[in-house]
Amino acid sequence: MNMLSRKTSQDSHGQDSSYFLGWQEYEKNRYHPIQNPMGIIQMGLAENQLSFDLLKSWLRRNPDIVGLKKNGVSIFKELALFQDYHGLPALKNELVEFMEKIRGNEMKFAPEKLVLTAGATPANEILMFCLADPGEAFILPTPYYPGFDRDLKWRTGVEIVPMHCSSSNGFRITSSALERAYKQAQKMNLNVKGVLVTNPSNPLGVTMTKTELNYLVNFAIDKNIHIISDEIYSGTVFAPPKFVSIMEVVNERISDNNIWNRIHIVYSLSKDLGIPGFRVGMIYSNNEKVVSAATKMSSFGLVSSQTQYLVANLLMDKKFTFKYMEETQRRLKRRKEMLVSGLRNAGILCLKSNAGLFCWVDMRHLLSSATFEAEKELWIKILCHAGLNISPGSSCHCCEPGWFRVCFANMSEDTLKIAMERMKTFTDSTNSAVKGSNNSY
Amino acid sequence: MRLLSTKATCNSHGQDSSYFLGWQEYEKNPYDEVHNPKGIIQMGLAENQLSFDLLESWLEKNPDVAGFKRDGKSIFRELGLFQDYHGLPSFKKALVDFMAEIRGNKVTFDPNHIVLTAGATSANETLMFCLAEQGEAFLLPTPYYPGFDRDLKWRTGAEIVPIQCRSSNNFQITEPALREAYEEARKRNLRVKGVLVTNPSNPLGTTMSRSELNLLVDFIKEKNNMHLISDEIYSGTVFSSPGFVSVMEILKERNDVADEVWDRVHVVYSLSKDLGLPGFRVGAIYSENDTVVAAATKMSSFGLVSSQTQYLLSAMLGDKKFRRNYTAENQRRLKRRHRMLVSGLQKAGISCLESNAGLFCWVDMRHLLHSNTFEAEMELWKKIVYKVGLNISPGSSCHCTEPGWFRVCFANMSEDTLGLAMKRFKAFVAESTCTQRTSPLFSNKRKSLTKWVFRLSSRDHHREQEER
Repeated sequence: MNMLSRKTSQDSHGQDSSYFLGWQEYEKNRYHPIQNPMGIIQMGLAENQLSFDLLKSWLRRNPDIVGLKKNGVSIFKELALFQDYHGLPALKNELVEFMEKIRGNEMKFAPEKLVLTAGATPANEILMFCLADPGEAFILPTPYYPGFDRDLKWRTGVEIVPMHCSSSNGFRITSSALERAYKQAQKMNLNVKGVLVTNPSNPLGVTMTKTELNYLVNFAIDKNIHIISDEIYSGTVFAPPKFVSIMEVVNERISDNNIWNRIHIVYSLSKDLGIPGFRVGMIYSNNEKVVSAATKMSSFGLVSSQTQYLVANLLMDKKFTFKYMEETQRRLKRRKEMLVSGLRNAGILCLKSNAGLFCWVDMRHLLSSATFEAEKELWIKILCHAGLNISPGSSCHCCEPGWFRVCFANMSEDTLKIAMERMKTFTDSTNSAVKGSNNSY
Repeated sequence: MRLLSTKATCNSHGQDSSYFLGWQEYEKNPYDEVHNPKGIIQMGLAENQLSFDLLESWLEKNPDVAGFKRDGKSIFRELGLFQDYHGLPSFKKALVDFMAEIRGNKVTFDPNHIVLTAGATSANETLMFCLAEQGEAFLLPTPYYPGFDRDLKWRTGAEIVPIQCRSSNNFQITEPALREAYEEARKRNLRVKGVLVTNPSNPLGTTMSRSELNLLVDFIKEKNNMHLISDEIYSGTVFSSPGFVSVMEILKERNDVADEVWDRVHVVYSLSKDLGLPGFRVGAIYSENDTVVAAATKMSSFGLVSSQTQYLLSAMLGDKKFRRNYTAENQRRLKRRHRMLVSGLQKAGISCLESNAGLFCWVDMRHLLHSNTFEAEMELWKKIVYKVGLNISPGSSCHCTEPGWFRVCFANMSEDTLGLAMKRFKAFVAESTCTQRTSPLFSNKRKSLTKWVFRLSSRDHHREQEER
């Protein structure tokens, strides 16, 4: 008999992937403009650091909120005791309005269908616990967020069946790819309970089209399965086409009422508001039983009432929130354009994107061969010679070698400029090396 | 094909038990001094509401901390981005210092061995995921906190096998009871991975004795691969002697520094009871086992403590003077409330298990049952909830083997409300006594009970004399 459970074994949490190894290298040799200008620049962290000035100025104007006061009176006791897993009503009311705003007010959300969780990480895990038994599976389009391997599978025993998307059509979801994945699951004797998509996509940075969403809905109706739409980046859409939520597409299908019950959205304030440390996530579901079970499960990861109060008040300030979203999106757009032109200057193209905190970058032409070994080699070269920590596509389960996710919102503008310079230097040296060896390219 | 998972549709979340049903009744008709003086008084909630004034005054004196400032400078950005599952170092340091002080500094804790979780609820579940496979079991002494049925079993698939404790020895854990539980598990084909105890006990309100703790350590040493989890969430609420002895202290005393048993003992803690901050979701696992710490740390991703809260509490608990004053004053107030409840119940002819910790008493109402059955206990409970207007927790919801025991909380209401609750108890018992006075059988029973009631609730009766 083993002393510990199998879950404690080294590799079942999936944290040995290169996604995390790059971080470790960065930790040993962090870039600093003055103290360590030759250090590694972190471009593997999908954080939104662009708008803290706006949040800080709001805080300065609202000292009572952080002081846990309401109308000058301390509500410390009330908040300290508040551990109701139904969540702070004021916060849920504000969150549904915020979510509606992000979706262009095309639909209404009901606060009683919202379940608060300590971040999107537990939200996704809870949905797995609610929708699938151990050994059952969810289909995920690739490339996908590496964290899903841990969040969806580790403690739940649920399997992920990848649905491979290809660059030939911009990594879009097609009905044939969906069917292929389903057949693959059947071959592996896996019972598919649903599809999980991230929209806007991580790592692609692209919003899903209505066509894709409809393929998804058709598929879910046909197979009688669930759709989880992780819309954590929905507030980071900075250019057209506008964001279309799964909810909007399902609302349009008035006759297919049953699918209504199998649609679940995950959201969080970690990317839009840039506050991952505060642990504010949520599940939105039309399915009463799911809401009920998920609410009880949220006991294992409730949002601190101190934080619920702060965020409720922040979102209540509609004037501020509106301005914040507009300005953040403007800044994201600018950053993305800096990255895209900087890379273009280095002879590197990105997948055309309109959302997220990163670009999906095409470095296939820099590979010594169209293999994942070559991709790893390139990644290490970029880490060690160019001093940039970026995420290799293989860590996101991409089926084509040579793609990388490069973040642009987690450093200063100056640092991004330096990163672009380093990239140019790197590709220049690589090109001259290639030219020198007479390989036709 | 089933639409939802088994976990979503079963009721192993345990929330259909009376423990939760009583709450629902209270929610429909809550007592309010002004607006609803005839409403139900909540005495089923183990909350510590006695010392908020101390916390609030600290906040008043330290406004910068809540305002995300350190040395006058804003660290909002740093905190907003801080989601490292290793936790805020300054908070872990303050927490381990606090934990050591609660244990009279007889043990020290290494901050690198602490894993922060969103409350003890998350900590306990995480430990189950780390220590037990689906279908394996942990032994728990009864009566135990009803929430364990959900926290330890629901999503983990682990089983609980009760260690039956009895009033005859004040519900202490005995070797025969331990072995019986182990045998019971074997009969059910369950592999036992360990024992989980709550010390101080919920619902008993008593600290575990040194002999009980040593018995447990002996037991897990005897068996291979067995663990001991000590949920010490109430460790800071010990208000009278005997003092609190942590399992860590016992391990240290046994001089087994190099003993591998250190790898199999884990402590759970939280600030929900001692500091009265359940809403802030601050829990912790402490283990000397590196593998457990590593795995639990990654699992804490599913329930991290808000960095905003970590920072506030790192400053508060890091204030040595404050935390010492707080602990002493808090314990003094708990002691006073405890005495109020015990004497109030005594006046109603009801005795309590002698206790020295916690936010509740374990109350003996066996003499008020019309038969020695759980049906009778439920009947009595319903009467007390609906007719008397007091929501207390029936022993059956805590898996007690003997009917007639109830957990009654004393720290979650004002002194006046507690006084009123005592009056209601007295009136209820007087009324019940009246209606039963005609029965000769009952009057004999009542006579002998009265003597026993006074003997057990005597303040001079120290627990050491009984069993050490």
